[in-house]
Amino acid sequence: MSERYEQPRGHAQPERPRPKEPVAAGAALDVSALPTFGFGQRSPMWWATLGLIAIESTVFALAIMSYFYLRSHASVWPMTGMPPDLLWGTLNTVILVLSMVPNQLAKKASERMDLPQVRLWMVLCMLVSIAFLVVRGFEFAALNTRWDSDAYGSIVWMLLGLHTTHLVTDAYDSGVLTVLMFTGPLEGKRFVDVSENATYWYFVVLSWLPIYATIYFGARY
Amino acid sequence: MTDRDAELLEQTWRDPPGFFGWFCAINHKTIAKRFMVTTFIFFVLAGTLALVMRLQLARPDGHVVGPDLYDQMFTMHGSTMMFLFAVPVMQAVAVYLVPLMVGARSVAFPRMNAFAWWIFTFGGIMLYVAFFCNVGPDAGWFAYVPLSGPQYSPGKRVDMWAQMITFTELSGLMEAIIIICTILKMRAPGMTLNRMPLYVWTMLATSFMVLFALPAVMLSSTALICDRLIGTHFFNPGEGGDALLWQHLFWFFGHPEVYLIFIPPLGFMSSIIATFSRRPVVGYPAMVLAVIATAFLAFGLWVHHMFATNLPDLGKTFFTAASLMIAIPSSVQIFCWIATLGSGKVNIKTPLLFVLAFFVILVAGGLTGLMLASVSLDVQLHDTFFVVAHLHYVLFGGGVFPLFGAFYFWFPKFTGRMLSERLGRWQFWLFFIGFNVTFFPMHILGLQGMTRRIYTYPAQMGWEGMNMTATIGSFMIAISVLIFIVNVLKSRRHGALAGPNPWGAGTLEWSTASPPPAGNFELAPVVHGRYPLWQEAPAPTHVTGLANGDREVLVTTVADALPDHRMTLPSPSPWPFWSAVATTILFIGSIFTPWAVVWGSVPVAIAATCWFWPKRNEAERRRRVEVHP
Repeated sequence: MSERYEQPRGHAQPERPRPKEPVAAGAALDVSALPTFGFGQRSPMWWATLGLIAIESTVFALAIMSYFYLRSHASVWPMTGMPPDLLWGTLNTVILVLSMVPNQLAKKASERMDLPQVRLWMVLCMLVSIAFLVVRGFEFAALNTRWDSDAYGSIVWMLLGLHTTHLVTDAYDSGVLTVLMFTGPLEGKRFVDVSENATYWYFVVLSWLPIYATIYFGARY
Repeated sequence: MTDRDAELLEQTWRDPPGFFGWFCAINHKTIAKRFMVTTFIFFVLAGTLALVMRLQLARPDGHVVGPDLYDQMFTMHGSTMMFLFAVPVMQAVAVYLVPLMVGARSVAFPRMNAFAWWIFTFGGIMLYVAFFCNVGPDAGWFAYVPLSGPQYSPGKRVDMWAQMITFTELSGLMEAIIIICTILKMRAPGMTLNRMPLYVWTMLATSFMVLFALPAVMLSSTALICDRLIGTHFFNPGEGGDALLWQHLFWFFGHPEVYLIFIPPLGFMSSIIATFSRRPVVGYPAMVLAVIATAFLAFGLWVHHMFATNLPDLGKTFFTAASLMIAIPSSVQIFCWIATLGSGKVNIKTPLLFVLAFFVILVAGGLTGLMLASVSLDVQLHDTFFVVAHLHYVLFGGGVFPLFGAFYFWFPKFTGRMLSERLGRWQFWLFFIGFNVTFFPMHILGLQGMTRRIYTYPAQMGWEGMNMTATIGSFMIAISVLIFIVNVLKSRRHGALAGPNPWGAGTLEWSTASPPPAGNFELAPVVHGRYPLWQEAPAPTHVTGLANGDREVLVTTVADALPDHRMTLPSPSPWPFWSAVATTILFIGSIFTPWAVVWGSVPVAIAATCWFWPKRNEAERRRRVEVHP
């Protein structure tokens, strides 16, 4: 699997003047020379991803605020007396932070449209996904509370459950994209999809840090 | 453009024909029309519930319905009006108008748009099926705990409410993203942010508000349904939970929601007032800034719904100040419109009548709002009919009146025919008088101590006169809505032909045929000012170089709308429908067993993957003409 993704043959890269004025002169504005896709904030996908990140950030922020709201009304916190064990959560934080490396490399490769590299780093991202999903299972087991034992347990499970939902859905999305990168049909805009998928992964990792701090240290200090 | 090109363009953008094609439709105008009709059906259903409630309250010791059904009815009325009508109808209209106003051929994500309508419709149907099976929610449209909790509301009624929220808010959030991306990335070349129609500005502000407001109610309704189904204790004080947490989360959504209903009509107002004053709206920058300021301030008001709780007084004072502050941007807009009307050549037609009613009714509702913003008075009036009167003045004045005006205004664009002006005036006056006859007496009833949500009252209270008046008014509203329906059904077939621009308006949607072709514009426009149809346009007038045989659209830059790249939008597909079916099974299943979240996600994942997976022939065709950035 070493075929590279290139501009179709016999289709010379046309000259593409970048208009400085909103509109160029002439009766009609000819856009036929413009590219057929674009990365980053040029793409509507980037804006849609940003919108999704805004929504999910609000959910996480409100859940964290609910945690501290409940904590401020409690005389004992955690109500069970036992904070979650640090081991698995911290291990997962390390894995998640490290996962940004293959993620970044996959993103950069997609922006170069370097198919072999995209495949390599996407597969690596998938392996990391399996690792953190397994560790996440141990995290739930080490919370030292149940969702139905008291309000503390409920909000802790809610926080971890919400984040796990993001892990699962993003791992699945990335899996589908990885398969597509091997089987095709490919076209240029699929590299935009890989790039935006990586953007969203950054959000899933970075949003974990305040949730980690809340779950593991909100119950200690 | 030659006829052959126009025909090709039409074929490219048209929805597939036939019964199965109906489930594959993704054209934004098709979906928007279905969305508008769906929300209007919910409006009529909720209005019918209101009529039955008015009949029950018309006389003391009424026996039309019993207390249990009455509880379900007012909950269904409020929930339907808020979640299934007022917010989604604004998005439905926007999905039709925004692409036309910004000169685009489509919304940014047409399949997601179809999905959003399907999932909304399924959620609404679920709620009404539940209601007809005597499982309608009965804890009020804001479902306060502990009443809505597992202890005081056993059974499935409140679960149906909480899950309806999940359906509708999912749809609302998706529509917000679609509208934002369409506005920011698909405007015609030359339509800088500074030249965007005011209506488009209001939808941009509204959609951003949706992103930050709706998550709060999704989170809280999820917590509620978890409390009810799997034994969590978010709102259970016995286990460290807190009932006020519900109120905070709900109103953090609920107050901005009022503005989700109120801000889009500000855009209707600006469009209608400019057209019927025959001049641009006065103070464009002030109008835009006022809309943005309103959107920000709306997030600082939620506690004024909670003045009757035990929150610290200092906090309440802050929220009083914030509530009063919202009057500043609102009045800036009202003064700008008055200046526009005052300095223009006013042409009084039905759309303008509805807009003028806004001034009367919204100002009255706003003034009672200022009264309620005072903590001491609010504690007195809380949970009385005064609040019912206030909220209907605000929502009718700020939402429903401009919405009907907008419908009269844009109906020619939707159908190619004019609504009857004579029936329109009958409808307007019946609506205006009926509305005031219904809701004005409720102020006084509230001051006299009639609490809201009581299913009847004894004769000794002396409330029957005003209650009977309100009931008579409500039937005037009903007749008025009936006239509207007759007008629409009649005019759709036999109304006067409208032509592209019957009102002589200035924005882009009026430059194309009525109804617009499937691809919206035969030639994609280039824009040189705020009211392109009212000014001499220098060249270039339109865009060339987009393939007519492909769903190709132009993507422009965010601020300056410079041409950036060409993008091919997806073709019609049944998978948004099947994804919505799978999601519905998951949501409804999870009311009955938490495991539905696990097994239900398998069909959702399959359907979503089929939705995404590209077709080989289409991808290869596109790849042959691809130009790399």
